[in-house]
Amino acid sequence: MSELARSQNQETFVLNLGPQHPATHGVLRVKLEMDGEYIAKSEPVLGYIHRMHEKMGENRTWAQFMPNTARLDYLGALSYNQGYVKVVEQAAGIEVPERAEYIRVITVELNRIASHLLWFGAFVLDLGGFTPLLYAFDDREQILDLLESVTGARLTFCYFRFGGLYNDIDDDFITGTKAFIKRLRKRMPDYHNLVTNNIILTKRLKDIGILSTEMCRKYGATGPVLRGSGVQYDVRKNEPYSVYPEFDFDVPVYSECDSMARYMVRMDEIEQSMRIVEQALEKLPDGPIMPEKAPKIIKPAPGDYYSAVEAARGTFGVRIVSDGTNKAYRLKLRSPTFSNLSLYGEASEGMLLADALALMGSLDLVIPEIDR
Amino acid sequence: MFLHTETRRILTPFIILGLVATPLLAGGLYVGWPLVPSELQRIIIAVVALIAFAAGNAAYLVWLERKVAAHIQCRIGPKEVGPFGLIQPLVDGIKLMSKQLLVPKGVDPYLFKVAPLLVLVPAVMSFVTIPFSENLVARNIDIGLLMIFAFASVNVMGILLGGWGSANKYAIISAARAVSQNVAYEIPMLITVITMVMVTHTMNLNEIVMQQDGSVLDWYIFRLTTSPLMPVAFLIFFICSLAETNRAPFDLGEAESELIAGFHTEYAGMGFGVFFMGEYANIVIGNSLAVILFLGGWQSPLGMEFGGWLGFFLNDGILWFLAKLYVLIFCVMWIRWTYPRTTLWGLLNLSWKYLIPISLLNLLLTGGMIKLWPYLKTLIMGAS
Amino acid sequence: MSGYFKDLFGGTKSLAVGLGITFKYMVKPVVTLQYPHESLKMSARFRGHIELIGDEETGAPKCVSCGMCERGCPSNCITITSEKPEGAKRKVLTGYTLDFTRCSLCGQCVESCKFGAITFSKEYNLAGPRKEAYIFDLKKRLEEKSG
Repeated sequence: MSELARSQNQETFVLNLGPQHPATHGVLRVKLEMDGEYIAKSEPVLGYIHRMHEKMGENRTWAQFMPNTARLDYLGALSYNQGYVKVVEQAAGIEVPERAEYIRVITVELNRIASHLLWFGAFVLDLGGFTPLLYAFDDREQILDLLESVTGARLTFCYFRFGGLYNDIDDDFITGTKAFIKRLRKRMPDYHNLVTNNIILTKRLKDIGILSTEMCRKYGATGPVLRGSGVQYDVRKNEPYSVYPEFDFDVPVYSECDSMARYMVRMDEIEQSMRIVEQALEKLPDGPIMPEKAPKIIKPAPGDYYSAVEAARGTFGVRIVSDGTNKAYRLKLRSPTFSNLSLYGEASEGMLLADALALMGSLDLVIPEIDR
Repeated sequence: MFLHTETRRILTPFIILGLVATPLLAGGLYVGWPLVPSELQRIIIAVVALIAFAAGNAAYLVWLERKVAAHIQCRIGPKEVGPFGLIQPLVDGIKLMSKQLLVPKGVDPYLFKVAPLLVLVPAVMSFVTIPFSENLVARNIDIGLLMIFAFASVNVMGILLGGWGSANKYAIISAARAVSQNVAYEIPMLITVITMVMVTHTMNLNEIVMQQDGSVLDWYIFRLTTSPLMPVAFLIFFICSLAETNRAPFDLGEAESELIAGFHTEYAGMGFGVFFMGEYANIVIGNSLAVILFLGGWQSPLGMEFGGWLGFFLNDGILWFLAKLYVLIFCVMWIRWTYPRTTLWGLLNLSWKYLIPISLLNLLLTGGMIKLWPYLKTLIMGAS
Repeated sequence: MSGYFKDLFGGTKSLAVGLGITFKYMVKPVVTLQYPHESLKMSARFRGHIELIGDEETGAPKCVSCGMCERGCPSNCITITSEKPEGAKRKVLTGYTLDFTRCSLCGQCVESCKFGAITFSKEYNLAGPRKEAYIFDLKKRLEEKSG
């Protein structure tokens, strides 16, 4: 259909999905060359919220950089805390006590659930359904209250420290989390009945926005985008870290490569995260949350270190080049959404505008993370 | 003054006209002014009442929509301005009136300014034939049904001119979508209406309601002997009226998250207010038609008559009409806040591949039943 | 052809189920808090801007002006002025300014203080007309609080 339309109509016009737009979550500009309702060419333009986090990494001590990690992807900030803390601990050879690792996993997985719930609400909002957003925010509010009672923040957490955590959790948190999981388990069927099985939504998402496996590999897409195209790659299983090997959870993979597959991957990931949290709460050991001989000043040995974690949006990698001082020489942040967005130019050619926006929503973009 | 200069310039002649004409007319009517025939007096009062009804609906349906949306989303809607937020629409109206009527550079001046009126005026005109009660009709036109659909077709022109005249690419895209949507959904609606006219043998709306006299089972929606697919016909009519008025899930025209505000992006202040009023007036007209054709109009569902003050509430009359109308409008709002938006292809597919075949099937079945039912009835009666 | 009828009937059923769910939520009580008529109490570990802790007996701030918080802050928010009076053993705090326009509530200052002199407050109703309203003089606030 698009070939026919394009051959008959020689004229295209440029539509600017500007930095201010309800559907581009954040300041993303997409230059679209439109052929009627079809997109002939699209080009995402980034950089509207570049805040030079990597440069700040060179001018701050290792501990002073912690708040920056939370401001990258503010929806899943604890994974980013974990990524940074993990590479510095690896470089400086700091051992993390077991209780701290378990609590890290619990809070990271809760944060992942919160991030996916927000993505779910915002995605359906882009498609025109206004209500599931507020139901998702109601659940998310419970998580944020729990995390606030432990870390003191609701969005930009600065909770992990080199070697452990800042605060310990208490019994209220444990009972609250168990109650929350029970509540969310009861509400998930409502989400599936209201949204997933809805015929309007399935017509909107099935076979729309096909991202083939080679395209994902070519652009380095990771996370639910890659797992919705049939590739089984999750850093928690393929390159295990922390105490993830001790938990029994699945990594959902769908091979249809359409927007519906990516949607289902994230919905299933919410369920799997709940399983991990339940198991972690049961196995939680007692003990300290910081090592006894925690170094006061962190000075990793000179060298080049890299490590990756599975954030809510994909593989978040941190590479540090240390020259033995108390500041990094170079700090490189590998943002998963940057790679996910780079396939948008090729993937959206020939699509309807509405479908292209559904595709953008299913990629789960958080622009501050792309621009750092 | 809080009104902007341009608004003042446009409104002043109307205000002066109103202030001069109202005492003249009222005084003339009171003394039975011989130059004004009584029928004309009645129509003037009726039209003024209908415009007030349309405007009041436009204002307070917004309030109802915000409250319904809020409770579906587990929150309270407007509550600060007045008790339960009832003054909110008035305050919003004042805000809209006090804004400058921006006319952006490069628009077609006549089309841009005329477009909102083309959406509002036909809807208000259509109110003239709607029977609110047995005696409360502004003008009981014999081809009332045809007149309403004739005016409804002008609605799409308003959207097209507004979108095209706005010199804004988003608006043009939305106008193009809205035209194809309206054309596609007029067809099943009209086929269903033709089916009803075949059954009722008249296009006079008051007579259609009077044919549904009796109890609930006499309403056309339950008269399965005229057509076994009658409830389905009601659903088709309802869905088509949602699509004709650009309500969700068929609101591609003003798809908020994709096209900012679609065809009314460039309208500010009262220009947008008039579009808004027109949309709600169209919703009221569409649902009034559904109530009249299928749900018995002003007939009460109880088969019996009551006396005294109980009869005031429970007998046939305007209260039942309004009750049914607002139940249907509540359903319209409920649907808006539940479903996501269809794509253009999904919408056109629904109309051309599902609604039109089903409504044609209904038409055939109705034609068949009308001819065959007397014979089938004697067969069944004879057998029993 | 079979897809046609499956779409038609399955689709209609899914739409009806969806309507049922929103109706269920519509008749449930609201979950929102009517701020400002009602307000929330912050949790114990809530991070508002920092404040100085006063000594129980004297009321003077426990801060000894070591400057660890000033050095540890990533955003250079804290400015400490102190003096060493004649014959005293340690420095006395004369001014403690927090530039809250830059603070990211990371907690480095609270964590690095070995004397327990600063902690997070529970302030969240901070709306001001000018930027200068957010340069807090924490010593003055402590004196005002202890009366």
